[in-house]
Parts: sequence; structure tokens; C-alpha cells
Amino acid sequence: MAGVVAECDFFCLNLCVFNDIGVFEKMIDSVEAGFNFAYLDEQTKRSIRRSLLKAVAIPGHQIPFSSREMPMSYGWGTGGIQVTASVIGSDDKLKVIDQGADDTTNAVNIRRFFKKVCGMKTTEKTTEATLIQTRHRIPETPLREGQVMVYQVPIPEPLRWIEPSEPETRKMHALEEYGPMYVRLYEDITRHGHIATAYDYPVMVNERYMMRPSPIPRFDNPKLDMSPALQLFGAGREKRLYAVPPYTKVKSLDFEDYPFEVESWDRPCEFCGATDSYLDEVVIDDEGGRMWICSDTDYCEGRRVLTSGPSPKLGREESESNSVVSLLSNSEKGVGDEG
Amino acid sequence: MSYVAAKGGEKAIRNAERLLQAERRGDWALSELSLAQIKQQMSLAVARVMAEGSLYDPDLAALAIKQSWGDLVEATFLLRAYRTTLPRLYYAQPLDTSEMVVRRRISSIFKDVPGGQQLGPTFDYIHRLLDFKLAAEDNLPEYPKAGVNAQRNGASSNGCSHSFVEENGKTVERTVLSTVPRAIDVLNSEALIQPESQEKEEKEIFDLTRQPLELPARRDARLQNLARADEGFLLGLAYSTQRGYGNSHPFAGEIRMGEVEVCICPEELGFEVVIADITVTEVQMVNQFKGNKKLPPQFTRGYGLTFGYNERKAMAMALVDRSLRSKEFGEESKGPAQDEEFVLYHSDNVEAQGFVQHLKLPHYIDFQAELNLVRKMRAEYAQREEEQEVPEQEVDKQKMAEQGVDEQDRDDDHREPTPSLRATSALMDIP
Repeated sequence: MAGVVAECDFFCLNLCVFNDIGVFEKMIDSVEAGFNFAYLDEQTKRSIRRSLLKAVAIPGHQIPFSSREMPMSYGWGTGGIQVTASVIGSDDKLKVIDQGADDTTNAVNIRRFFKKVCGMKTTEKTTEATLIQTRHRIPETPLREGQVMVYQVPIPEPLRWIEPSEPETRKMHALEEYGPMYVRLYEDITRHGHIATAYDYPVMVNERYMMRPSPIPRFDNPKLDMSPALQLFGAGREKRLYAVPPYTKVKSLDFEDYPFEVESWDRPCEFCGATDSYLDEVVIDDEGGRMWICSDTDYCEGRRVLTSGPSPKLGREESESNSVVSLLSNSEKGVGDEG
Repeated sequence: MSYVAAKGGEKAIRNAERLLQAERRGDWALSELSLAQIKQQMSLAVARVMAEGSLYDPDLAALAIKQSWGDLVEATFLLRAYRTTLPRLYYAQPLDTSEMVVRRRISSIFKDVPGGQQLGPTFDYIHRLLDFKLAAEDNLPEYPKAGVNAQRNGASSNGCSHSFVEENGKTVERTVLSTVPRAIDVLNSEALIQPESQEKEEKEIFDLTRQPLELPARRDARLQNLARADEGFLLGLAYSTQRGYGNSHPFAGEIRMGEVEVCICPEELGFEVVIADITVTEVQMVNQFKGNKKLPPQFTRGYGLTFGYNERKAMAMALVDRSLRSKEFGEESKGPAQDEEFVLYHSDNVEAQGFVQHLKLPHYIDFQAELNLVRKMRAEYAQREEEQEVPEQEVDKQKMAEQGVDEQDRDDDHREPTPSLRATSALMDIP
């Protein structure tokens, strides 16, 4: 009698729960057996989509949702992964970036996960993607209608550092009681002469809800405003979703005499010469030598192809990304040959 | 896909996984751990993983422990990630723990209780001396012959099946009692203890695994959260209430561990079906309560229940449960263990381990933004310092003029910026 449940589960480990196996088989050989399309079961995906609809209907407002444990750790983007899993279809083209780059380990890992459980196509080109999951950046290439951006959110509550209690902050949102945040920004200015927030800079959405844009640098904040793409935000551990529908007003908080500003660099990208992109400072030797390059690898790549083909400095033909390590050592050419 | 970058990253991840597997296995000369061994010989680890993984399945818990190198938090995570994919078919009927087949049962508030005190397998009165005989293998310790109530039924295949064999003597009679009444129920007859389950109402039971936690949480949500909370976290909180952060003076009303039946009642059948026997540990703590305007003086309860034999966790849970009821009883709330939001939001180790460890992920974009900001602020700071020096110089000049000191002589001292400023501007120069 005892342990019936146990043994049952144990031997059912590999039983599939495919709903649309027909579509599935045609797709790709490497799809992991034993899991539903996009990992989550259909009921869960449906419940997440219902919460997403609510989120779209009330731009910037945080909607609690039944966040599940995922096979990746909380903090690795489980919110974004669940959102992606619940909206992705077999005809989607997925792009995953972390820090703006397609080749950072976490981005590689999430892309690998969706390839495994969905078998759909992936891309690194912003223009080709229908669905873009991101951590910490918005692509430089302007988004277009029909694209969906999915942001990974660690802490969804913009008022959290001012008020640690969730019931309290919910009340503050309901009453639109955002004074304390402005006071805080004001205090920053009086103390430091600046608003000392460099990333995750709070915004007002549709002139109603204060929202955290996820930890993107404030350089990216203006891209949120009136974006033609649908922008979805998922916080898995905190079990909250929110959204900015296409063409919604998103305003970074500021004061009339201290208008919101983004940072600029007094130099262009050393790879592609872009002067309008977010530059990442890379330490290249022990003597404090540095190099400034685009953090958006696809944007940088695209510009180089457009201007002069592969940059001679880089030996682009074989090198697989503009990761500086590979660039400097030039030794990572053709490592592995994953499809 | 015509275009694939990041092969290096992908290969690195694959290699990390292979390293993990190889190092988990260790020396091939040693035989591999079997799941049956883990289940049988590390059953408390299995119990903890089942409780915190909120999935009663000793086989999968053993597998998770094996896969995670014995890291129980990681094993819990593995089990949780698997349980998410399982469909929710039925909700079980409430467990009836008074029908438990008891393997251990003690009450510290009465010398003896109906059903008897029963130590069972416990570390409580064991001298914690390392048993060097155990270092040698081939130990086959036998069950005690007399004075013991239950005997474990040898090598059962699933590690949680126990049958109770009749021995001679009174003790056995006691065990064979199918029903061991709860010790605390004695207090019920005098209405000395707050009745449980008054709040049963028609409300649907909250399901923490399917619904997001919302505050203020009902007691069902709180208990579910605590039941799968990290043992260490609860232990620390419970300890804090005893030392004065929350002022709790509980008695262990009853602690019992044993097997209970899990029943479901499918609508299409209309009657109950037993689907499993599971091991649980149940703890009821009794706290004094002086009463308030609405309630007469009485005893109140803290409740703890966990999968498996998990006594330390169940006791800690009962203490924290009672602390979280402070509002309900109109008590002053001054310890972290009484703060529902603090406890419930930080108790889950799968969530906590993730967020703490996510700091390992690349954060260089945000760091770049901070770097830009700090540089800018330092530059402005340096500028302010310089500006402040000018008026000082002028004041000095006036003083010097008054004292008749030659301006030319003084100027030299002020030409160089102060050393600290030099350092600042040196830093600024790094492009």
C-alpha cells in the first residue's frame, strides 16, 4: 500500500504529455522528450496568458500570477522564461540576450532551453526575431509592430526600497501616492547634484502607474516610450507580471529644472564606430587599458557588415562573436559546431 | 539558422555539466550509490527533501539527492522543478492524524496520556559519541526484542512501508490501538484550549503551489508556506521567539510521527479511496494566553506538520505558526517571527538560493552605468572642492593683507592641489 504514489511517479517519469505531437515531430530532432511544448503544461500557460491579458489592459500595473518552479534557478530569469513559454508558438523566432549580447552564458542557456523544449527557430538578429527575451538591455535596433519583448525582472516593485511592505506599496499604487519617490529623487539632487540612479530607473506608464523597467541602464528608458512592440515583464520569484502595450506613453521620472538625461560617451564604439549605442567598457590588459564597444552584439555586427565588411582588426570570418576574449586571443575560432 | 554565435558559451555549459556528473560519481573503483540505499539509509535526508520539495515521493527524492551530490537544497529544487510539470488531479481529503499508526508519540504536558508515551526511534536520549564501529561496514543492527512497540518490516522495496508485528506484553497492545487519541484533546473537554478548525468555513482551500501568495495570508496559506519552508530558516526564527523576539512560551503538547492514509474522493465515484500511506510528523504546541476582551483566558495552539520524519522542522514550524497568530490574539507584535510578510516571503529556500546566487550572473551593463555615474559624481566632487578653495584663498589674502604678508610668498603653497585632490584627478584621467 505504502509508496504507491511514489512508484507510480517514478515509472511515469518519461511519459509525455504532448498536446500537439503532430506539429511537434516535424520540427527539430533535438527536442527533449517527456515534456510539454515549452515545458509548462497547457493549463499553466493559459493561466499565465490570462494574467498577461490583465497586465496589458492595465499598463504598468503589477498582476500576481501563479508562478511555477522552473528547471532554472529563481534569479536566472524564470519570470521572463514563463512569459516566453506561455506566448511562444512553433512559428516564432526567438532571440535571447543578456547584457545586450547573444553570447553571454545565461542567454545561451535560455536559448538552449527553448530549443530543447520547443524546437522552434532562434535568431540573433533583432530584425528577424518575433520574440525577444532580454535581461538588462533593450536592443539598439528599433523594434517594430508585431514584435514581443520579454523582460526578466528581479524586483517588480518600484517603491520597494522606500517601503518594504507589499500591502503598503499596493495601497500606494492604488492611491497613486508617489510623493515619497519624488522626495527621494529630490534628496538625491540636493545631496549629489544628480538623481543617483543609473539603472532600473523608475518610469510612469500611461500617466498612471509607476513601474520598474527592470534593471536596464537608464540609457534604454527612452526606448520604452511609444514602442511599437508589445513589452511584457515577468518576475518569477516575486510572482508578478506587468506590461506596456504598443504605443504607450512611458515617462522617466524627473523635475522641470532637472530633466531626465541619458548618459553619452565621448567616443564611438571601437568595433563599428557607432556613436548612438550603449558602450561597454572592457578591460584589456593589466595596465588599465580599456576599450569601449557596443554592448548590443547584433547591432555592432550589423553595422560592421554594412560599412566595410569584417573589420580587419578582428579577423571576423571565423570568430563567432565580438567577445573581446576571442578577439584578443583569436583562439576560439570554430569551437564546437552546435546547430 | 544561418547565424550562430556563442558556441564557446554553449560548449562551456556542456562541459560544466559533464564535470558535474563525473565529479558526482567520484572514484569508479567504489560502487555507485543506489537509490534504494539512499532511501533506506539516509531516510531523514529523503524526508527533508520531500517536505521542502513539497512532493511525497521517496524514490524521486532519493534520485534528487544522488543527482545533487547530497546538497539537500539543490535536491529540493530538483524535486520542485519536476513537480511543477505534474498535473493536479485531485485534492486529498484532510489527513486524519488521530488515525495515525504511531511510531513515535510523546507529550511533555502530561506524565502519561491515553495511548502512552512512545519514544520510537529518536536521537533525544542518545549520547552523541561517534560510533567508530559504524565506520566498518557490514553492520546489521537488529530491532530490539522487547519493550518496543513496532518493528520495521525488513527490506521493503519503497522504504516507507512498515508493518507492526505483535510481540508479547502490554506495550504492543497499546501500539496496535488503531486510534491514538491526541493528547491535547484532553484539554478540549474542559474547553481550556482554543478549538482548531472553527475557521473551516466554506472557503476553498488555498493552494500555494498554484496561486501566488497574497497578504494578509489566511492560515491555510501560512501553514502551507511553513510546511515547505527551509528548515534552517524556521529553526532560527523559532529560536528567536524563545529568546525574546516575540515572547513565546510553548509546551510540546504532542509530537507524533507515523503513517497516515491519504484519501481522495473523486466526484465521479462519490466515495473515498485510499491512495497511499505516508509518513508524517505532527506537532501541536500549547501556549498560554491571558485572554482579551473577546476571548477568555485559555491555551492556544501552534501547529506543525511535515512529510516524513522531520521533527526539528515540525517543532520550529509550530512555534512560528503560533508567532504568526499574534495579530489574531491581539498580541503586541515585535519580533521578526511575528511579521507575516517577513517570514512568508523569505522562508522558501528554492526562491532564496536563487536570488542570492543570481549575483553570479553577468551584471556588467548595470555596473557600467554605475561606473559612469560614480565617475561623473567624483568629477563634480573634485570641482566643488576646488571651488571651495578659491574663496578660502581670498579670505587668506585679505588676512595676509591685513597682516602685511607678501602675496608672492604665500602663493607657492597654494599652487599645487592637495594630495587627495591629485589622487582624484589621477583617477579621472583613466579614460
